[in-house]
Amino acid sequence: MKFVNEYRDPELGKKLIDRIHRRSKKPTRLMEFCGGHTVAIFKHGLRQLLPDNIEMISGPGCPVCVTASADLDKAIALARLPNVIITSFGDMVRVPGSYSSLQKAKADGADVRVVYSAQDALTIARENPDKSVVFIGIGFETTAPTIAASVLQAEQQKISNYYILSLHKTCPPIMKAILDLGEVRLNGIICPGHVSSIIGSYPYQFIPDDYRIACAVSGFEPLDMLLAIDMLVNQIESGTPDVEIAYRRGVKPEGNIQAIRLMETVFETGEAIWRGIGKVASSGLQIKSRYEKFDADRAFEIDPGPTREPKGCICGSILRGVSTPRDCRLFRETCTPENPVGPCMVSAEGSCATYYHYGDSHGR
Amino acid sequence: MCLAIPALITKIYGQQADVDIEGVSREVSLQLTPEAKVGDYVLLHTGYAISIIDAAEAEETLQLLRQLSEAS
Repeated sequence: MKFVNEYRDPELGKKLIDRIHRRSKKPTRLMEFCGGHTVAIFKHGLRQLLPDNIEMISGPGCPVCVTASADLDKAIALARLPNVIITSFGDMVRVPGSYSSLQKAKADGADVRVVYSAQDALTIARENPDKSVVFIGIGFETTAPTIAASVLQAEQQKISNYYILSLHKTCPPIMKAILDLGEVRLNGIICPGHVSSIIGSYPYQFIPDDYRIACAVSGFEPLDMLLAIDMLVNQIESGTPDVEIAYRRGVKPEGNIQAIRLMETVFETGEAIWRGIGKVASSGLQIKSRYEKFDADRAFEIDPGPTREPKGCICGSILRGVSTPRDCRLFRETCTPENPVGPCMVSAEGSCATYYHYGDSHGR
Repeated sequence: MCLAIPALITKIYGQQADVDIEGVSREVSLQLTPEAKVGDYVLLHTGYAISIIDAAEAEETLQLLRQLSEAS
């Protein structure tokens, strides 16, 4: 595949790894924020190839994983309403809420449909004018503009039975929250690639400026990741933290202005609940009052009841970078991809699922 | 979740386009990249082109990678 295969050249990769070995001297802790990066690192065996002084820590960049049980319970309660069709991205339907999951609700008779795109949800709304079609809006800045676009399209096409349960979250505020918690000491952050295609690299500037932590935006191929790590090593060794882009074919410093405009037309920032972290101010996207008729939160009266967290699950501390799946006594025992206890085992890019599928023979 | 893959635009009609992904054709929305043209590669995420791939930057990155791997 063009723009993919070129960045998988093993010879170039070996030379870059040698270069990183030669240049990295200080003890270095890097967080890969994005779950897609965690998968890339494990899939290509990069952890084992890096020098011993570089430690990689997985971050909270998995939208399915960080969705709070309370929000999942809301989605499940909506699914149980009469004449409602729930549309959702695939992983989300399997995540256990406090007492059930969307998948179980479907087995009990609820109309829950997995879609690939918000466009598919809109089509379902168009084809079922006598039903209310609710899209479970999860995802970071990569996905939120696509949902905003679907809302604007619904308005334009006068589709009045399309609703969004907006659980969208934004990345820079949660990075700040994790740094402010001070539980995990970092020297560098690999910033998310496709979130940055939308928001650009400027929103991360507070990280080197206020926290003296190095940043590099990375793509998802092994050479992209090694280039980002090389950039971080340079910044760390020279004591000059900054924000660099190792994924220039997909990310501009200013981001995608049109996508940001659409996102800001439909959404405004507000508080969001993150699994394992709690309420974080200005880290969520809520539907503006101008578009309130599309807001499932305003349109439906639901009472999801009290929240209950899965017993023994440590997804929360894994998402904060404090623990790894190996610290969890449920991992591989009671919690597996077939029977997940927590969301980090459900999502294809959750840390637990990644550790499960790709192993970690070196224990790091 | 934030997965996006390169796709080649083969036809544009209004805000929609046909793209080719290694021989597979798919209809996508250009609402987020209205300036995209036929022949452009875009990053495709959940049915939407979220960014036009900058071919010149792609080549520059490859050159940088080669330079770095040769430098001592």
